[in-house]
Amino acid sequence: MTRTDLRVVAALGARSVKQTFRRPQLLAPIVVFPSILLAIQTAGAGQAVNLPEFPPVNSFLDFMLAGAMIQATLLAGNSGGIALAVDIEMGFTDRLLAAPISRFGMVLGRLAGTGVLSLLAGIWFIVVGLIFGAQINDGVPGVIVMLLLVTLSGLAFGGIGAAVALRTGRASVVQGLFPLVFVILFLSSAFFPQDLLTGPAATIAQYNPLSFIVEGIRDPVISSLTWEVFGKAIASLALVGAIGIGLSALALRRRLRAGG
Amino acid sequence: MPAIEANGLERTFEGGIHAVAGVDLDVAEKEIYAFLGPNGAGKTTTVRMLTTLLQPTGGSARVAGFDVVAEAANVRRSIGVALQEAALDPLMTGRELIRLQATLHGLSRQAGREKADSLLERVDLVDAADRQVGTYSGGMRRRLDLASALVHEPKVLFLDEPTTGLDPVSRRTIWEEVEQLNREGTTVFLTTQYLEEADQLADRVGIIDFGRIVAEDTPGRLKAGIGHPHLEIRLVEDVAERAREVVAGFGKPRPSKDGAVLVELEGGAGGVAPVVRALDDAGLAVESLDLVEPTLDDVFLEKTGHHLEPEEPEAGESE
Repeated sequence: MTRTDLRVVAALGARSVKQTFRRPQLLAPIVVFPSILLAIQTAGAGQAVNLPEFPPVNSFLDFMLAGAMIQATLLAGNSGGIALAVDIEMGFTDRLLAAPISRFGMVLGRLAGTGVLSLLAGIWFIVVGLIFGAQINDGVPGVIVMLLLVTLSGLAFGGIGAAVALRTGRASVVQGLFPLVFVILFLSSAFFPQDLLTGPAATIAQYNPLSFIVEGIRDPVISSLTWEVFGKAIASLALVGAIGIGLSALALRRRLRAGG
Repeated sequence: MPAIEANGLERTFEGGIHAVAGVDLDVAEKEIYAFLGPNGAGKTTTVRMLTTLLQPTGGSARVAGFDVVAEAANVRRSIGVALQEAALDPLMTGRELIRLQATLHGLSRQAGREKADSLLERVDLVDAADRQVGTYSGGMRRRLDLASALVHEPKVLFLDEPTTGLDPVSRRTIWEEVEQLNREGTTVFLTTQYLEEADQLADRVGIIDFGRIVAEDTPGRLKAGIGHPHLEIRLVEDVAERAREVVAGFGKPRPSKDGAVLVELEGGAGGVAPVVRALDDAGLAVESLDLVEPTLDDVFLEKTGHHLEPEEPEAGESE
């Protein structure tokens, strides 16, 4: 990738971030919905920490922070996909495709924006958590690891959103993934300790890459992050990212062949 | 070296639809070439192939000396493109859009800033530069789109229906800008469904219908090739059928247009009086008569058998 390509990716990423802040319907899923869900769950289900086999935590908020963050990154990926599909629908991508830039730079720019938005969402939830009494066991290094994993999650999930956008070219289809995000979340350890899940949900959660990513974000808060948990989180992100970016590349190639 | 050259350019879409069925082009440097045709004629598909947005399924084309398939990146460096419907992000400001376009074309941050300032001034958008594009009128959007296509001073400028949907005043502003660009040495390839636009702006016009060029020449020569003016007769009552029978003996009848009866007059103005007398003798009351010199629409009719009738915008629709 040339220096110009990197400047283009940065410029498109900046556009993506500004676009999200200027369009409330793109920002709401990333910050507002997860914040509301976090407030409802911590206020209404705080006694869950007393359940047998619930991991030792200072508060239910400590446990839930990682779930809220991962929900925000999943929805950031979905919102990024919607925004890309809107670009395709209104012909804005033609402007990019007619320019002398790497054509995949268009996708990377969008992903860069999603990564930055995920980082901002991560910072938001850490600040909110600290204000309401959360304690991050691993301190500043733990915060840095959490923000790293949250940012990478945005990039990885953004790849899936981008792939659907490029394949279909329709914002309504990408928007249709919204409920699926919650199914994937609830079939992971995002909102419940894995040991408390039963039946098929427990089995799916055990292999759901999201569970490994959530544990990587959660462990610095409630206990102490080990290299094993961190490694599994990074490997899961690499898997999701490779699938997302691979599918995006295929969808872009197909779209270019068909004529944008 | 021609600025644009195409040989047997074709594009067939899924389902066997031949959107472009063998187009040959030879556009000289510093020429304004207009592609005139109705919706669905193949204008936009041709432009998309020439601007590397769509791969041809047959034939070949070169723009600014580069093959549109094998040397697509070089083509993209040499061209400016303003596509139909001004594909602008309504959430960006005009200034942001031009700066982004400058980055896409490899200009430095400083050069992009300076370019944005000068282009916004050029298209008279300085006051609106920091407003979101969503608040712009249609004419302002087109001017911004045109400005954004100029950031890298392209050799060849493609304008796909640059004035469709604009009111006459906005349309004329765009024409003046295109003419100025051409005087500065830019080759302009524009598509249009407006006869007047092709007539006024273009050095040469290619008339396209059903994916094929059916005529190509300067507007003057195309019209001269048609020869005779025609008489456009509007009647007080709905008696067009009888009127057609009456005037048939005075010249070649033409298909009706907006309810008017049309007949070619070889003798020009000298042939009007006998037609009026014949209509009067037949008891047909005439509301209006117009002797119309050949237009590009006549050329279109002659070559395709039907009129070119674009939808005109309401006055004041855009600005």
